Amino acid sequence: MGNRCAVIGVGQTKYTTKRQDVSIAGLVREAALRALEDAGLTFADIDAVVVGKAPDLFEGVMMPEAYLADALGAAGKPMMRVHTAGSVGGSTALVGASLIQGGVHDRVLVVAFEKQSESNATWALSTHLPFNASLVVGAGGYFAPHIREYIRRSGAPAHIGTLVAVKDRLNALKNPYAHLKIHGISREMVESTPMLWEPIRYLETCPSSDGACAMVLASEQAVTGTPAWVHGTAMRSEPIFRAGRDTVNPQAGKDCAADVYGQAGIADPRRDIDVAEVYVPFSWYEPMWLENLGFAAEGEGWKLTESGATALDGDIPWNASGGVLSSNPIGASGLIRFAEAALQVRGMAGEHQVDGARRALGHAYGGGAQFFAMWIVGSEKP
Amino acid sequence: MRQVRDVAVVAFAQTRHTGHDTGASEPELILPVLEEVRAQTGLRRFDFTCSGSCDYLAGAPFSFVSALDALGAWPPISESHVEMDAAWALYEAWVRLQHGDADTALVYGFGKSSMGDLRAIMTLQLDPYYLAPLGLDQLSYAALQASALGASRDELDRIVRRSRTAGRENPYALDLPADEDGGFLVEPLKAHDVAPVTDGAAAVVLAAGDRAGELATRPAFIRGIAHRIEPHYLGMRDLARSASAADAARAAGVGKGPVEVAELHAQFSHEEIILREALELPADTVVNPSGGPLAANPVMATGLIRIGEAARRILDGSASRTVAHAAGGPCLQHNLVAVLEA
Repeated sequence: MGNRCAVIGVGQTKYTTKRQDVSIAGLVREAALRALEDAGLTFADIDAVVVGKAPDLFEGVMMPEAYLADALGAAGKPMMRVHTAGSVGGSTALVGASLIQGGVHDRVLVVAFEKQSESNATWALSTHLPFNASLVVGAGGYFAPHIREYIRRSGAPAHIGTLVAVKDRLNALKNPYAHLKIHGISREMVESTPMLWEPIRYLETCPSSDGACAMVLASEQAVTGTPAWVHGTAMRSEPIFRAGRDTVNPQAGKDCAADVYGQAGIADPRRDIDVAEVYVPFSWYEPMWLENLGFAAEGEGWKLTESGATALDGDIPWNASGGVLSSNPIGASGLIRFAEAALQVRGMAGEHQVDGARRALGHAYGGGAQFFAMWIVGSEKP
Repeated sequence: MRQVRDVAVVAFAQTRHTGHDTGASEPELILPVLEEVRAQTGLRRFDFTCSGSCDYLAGAPFSFVSALDALGAWPPISESHVEMDAAWALYEAWVRLQHGDADTALVYGFGKSSMGDLRAIMTLQLDPYYLAPLGLDQLSYAALQASALGASRDELDRIVRRSRTAGRENPYALDLPADEDGGFLVEPLKAHDVAPVTDGAAAVVLAAGDRAGELATRPAFIRGIAHRIEPHYLGMRDLARSASAADAARAAGVGKGPVEVAELHAQFSHEEIILREALELPADTVVNPSGGPLAANPVMATGLIRIGEAARRILDGSASRTVAHAAGGPCLQHNLVAVLEA
């Protein structure tokens, strides 16, 4: 994995439905300046900038890094634009880390964003003829059958998704940047909301958010402030239309986890990881990913959720920040997972801090559950 | 540049580019070039894969997703994608190979600009608040740059004639007439000053350390590679010069030796003049012997093809030090330069 790399700054915007007070450039700059402030640095200290976001159709600005170069202080520097579907936020962090690990740069600014209010994500996510039959179902319609298959296979009771929806929104109440702040959130409230895509109810889905997240990454000799050390990084992809692939428990996710655990020396993720920020855009993806990531045996993930183990006071908190279910600026959602993992091991997560968190998993997935990006960060040098 | 691990281009393939839609989908364009670099290297699996493409060319999200089906990414692969010219995918792969735990990388790029109105589509990469509403299309802002440069019509014509003549000798480029009469599209640019609308794809294999010598008899070693972006707003730049290309060329070490061949990502004839000066190319350097983008411009692969063409001269023994350049953004906003050596 090359040279040591650390997260030394994190910046987030308050996620919300519409940020009409800022342009796209203003939004990303707000996150970038907060990350720089956290690191005690300025744009002048940055060697290169990596930008990530989901499809350009979300804002209608093609290859927007060209336009964002000025706002991100990139003029005169190398700049990259990553796009790996929903996993892009995670991939953006990994491309930035790679520049440090490869010994090319000492300080890299990574920024991911989405300003969903600029367009209609369901439309932008729906491919059209002549490429595919147009279903215009967006992400929820695509993933609902996979969830139904998970329920069939595992025999999970129907209320598991509700438990995740409540738990993540309770966590969001402790996160100042979270979009959804639903006071009085309860199982009854979730179950009273409309069924959107069987079995996903309205409150079991992620919101559409405007927001940006940024991190400053540094080589060992360029560390300032409190570092979160990168212990392992991995990406995996598999083809969407391969007939034999298991979309419920994808091989790419298992392989990616095995790779990143191997690098970080993690034998048993439930025991060796203190907190996980995992991309759960629909409630049922918590038990599904608990299994895919090896926190529970196949068919057993829902039992972990049901037992309360993944709650903020459980033995393996998942999405202490409120997760994607509470804030979803799509292109940034993966980077937020990676950044929140870093905040936890830096001891800087505030009210949603998991006491004594020393090792954390950041996870993102995208496409037809076929692109995966993960990292393990720790409070100690690897 | 710091101590770097030796990384070389060991294989390159491209489609026979077309000026029209042949009916082939993007995955269908990619598959043959992937097979070709696999055959050249004998490799079926690569430690890392990275690609470059643009959703807006096809007008649908996730053009790179179905490319994975062409790739046959099974078992799952370590893979990434840039929404940039694939020359930057090559850069990402080069960085990844610097870690030391990966030795081979597959890089590919593809684009079908025949699917829409490229001039209008490229307008969508402008600042959506202050520039795009002005209604400048790609041709208009290129013409602004050409005006700022003030090159003579003779010089521009010579560049076009040389490029198109070379392109007709290149089986992968388009057959375009050497001379074309016609009025201005947007003064001072005429139709033949503009890279043609092209569909195509390209693939490159990189190998590090000992693997390079095992996979090619004469690997094209990347002795330097660097890129720089500059301000987006045209008014903040001296359009007659390319400061970012000059910076990238210095960082890549272009001037450290002779340059036999330079493949430049000049999508308009005047850009070649700006780039020659920015890269401080010697007078005897042969520029774009492939015909360059003026003879074939499969957007999102064009920059990668420059690296492939520059590497090919080393791989086939016809040159020992070449330079490749790729560009992105309006009016050469973003420039990448690579130096290749035997």
